[in-house]
Amino acid sequence: MLRDLIVITIQVFALVTALTAVVLSLVWLERKTLARLQRRMGPMVVGPHGLLQPVADALKLLVKEDIIPALADKPLFWLAPLVVFVPSFVIWVTIPFAQSFAVRNMELGLFFIVAFSVLSIVGVVMAGWGSANKYAVLGGLRSAAQLISYEIPIIMVVIAVIMLPHSMNLVTIVEGQRAIPYALLQPLGLVIFLLAGVAEVGRTPFDIYFAESEVMGGPFIEYSGAHWAVFFLAEYVNTFTIAVLAALLFLGGWAFPLMPEATWVGFLGVLVKAYLVVLVIFWFRGTFPRLRIDQLMSFGWKVLIPLSFVNFGLTAAYLFYGLSRWSLALASLFVTAAVAYTIYRRMTWPARATAEQRLAKARAYRRVETTDAR
Amino acid sequence: MLERYALDWAAATIGVVVGVLAIGVMFAASAILAPRRPSPEKGIPFESGILPAPYQQSQIHIRYYIFAILFLIFDVEAVFLFPWAVVFMKIAQIKNDAGQLIYSNAVANAVFYEMIIFIAILGFGVAYAWRKGVLQWR
Repeated sequence: MLRDLIVITIQVFALVTALTAVVLSLVWLERKTLARLQRRMGPMVVGPHGLLQPVADALKLLVKEDIIPALADKPLFWLAPLVVFVPSFVIWVTIPFAQSFAVRNMELGLFFIVAFSVLSIVGVVMAGWGSANKYAVLGGLRSAAQLISYEIPIIMVVIAVIMLPHSMNLVTIVEGQRAIPYALLQPLGLVIFLLAGVAEVGRTPFDIYFAESEVMGGPFIEYSGAHWAVFFLAEYVNTFTIAVLAALLFLGGWAFPLMPEATWVGFLGVLVKAYLVVLVIFWFRGTFPRLRIDQLMSFGWKVLIPLSFVNFGLTAAYLFYGLSRWSLALASLFVTAAVAYTIYRRMTWPARATAEQRLAKARAYRRVETTDAR
Repeated sequence: MLERYALDWAAATIGVVVGVLAIGVMFAASAILAPRRPSPEKGIPFESGILPAPYQQSQIHIRYYIFAILFLIFDVEAVFLFPWAVVFMKIAQIKNDAGQLIYSNAVANAVFYEMIIFIAILGFGVAYAWRKGVLQWR
């Protein structure tokens, strides 16, 4: 028992170190990806290809003055970074990277993850309220509204996933994907999980609660130095969590085609898949403009939540009536395609309407000109 | 089994302690390395460089409250759905000590349709809220 505890403690310390390294790599990767998407070079000065830039940034944040506003609610202001970071770190205790490569392989692992990841919302609201700043209060409330709205699709998608292997244990879920990854059985689930996950982390198309142009950093407006660095750390840890969960729940985890069965191969497989998902998330950030808050809330409540229930219903019907795998995959794919087409039409409709209007005007103008000439 | 759960929760507790410790080290390093020169100007709430209006914590609009209530409905539903999703296909196979099946097929079917009815009632509630325009952000 005591030996187990000591081993766990050492593993958790290793986890902190590994996650810090992952966050540094993600910061570098994000800046490089965005730069490439915008035809820039990105950081190039500190270290080869700017590899040491995140380290330099972290050091700079540590030696910056930590300003606390005079009117701030000091206990709340001090505790908020902890309340945001600790839950997003604790869930890593149960995330496996290979068959027997987790600190604890909990029987209710997925439930533990869902339950703990919600706690960070409290921290963000605390930060907003404790800062004694109008924008911070507004941002904190917005974050609460956004995060609870996008929590529901995530929960529903997770429930649809645990129905397939009849287990909440992450290792069992991944082992259930030996034959066919759930991304092929439930493409709709993967799409909902990614979109809601990006919103849950508050990354760019959904970063309404710290949008610079609206609430100027939202709950984090008054934070500086080490306190702000903790929020930054938590954001990137959360991003990586969503990516790893997508890899484990949908992309087959450590099952890697055309490779031998070994722990290190599985570890590498999960890592490669997670970084690919992270790249997609960064790609979103480089491509899509930020949503307005009413668009964001209607997208959550009128699109993602009904869709997640459709996904749930399809899976339940597939299991209960013993339908073939093909029927579930095709039905899910069909719903995904229909939704994607509808969203595409809705997004391009204003531009199309304007273009048609202009064209009609130009045609009318030309008609007038030609009749004049006659 | 019991020891396993105890170790699971011990790991979670150790995770919390180590997380707090890591952040504590960071704050301590910052406290030692960073300068600290407070001034009245730095303590003013930031409002784009203009002196802040007299009240700091604004009133809260009612719409946040409505969304919170809607969320609560779905969250309670999720509490029922999680255990259901794990066992609903297995319920017809549960055996007692003598090796006999406990539940008949009719019960196993009822377990499925009951949840469908439960979700349908909730779905009706959401449809009503949608129709009433509650889901529209104003």
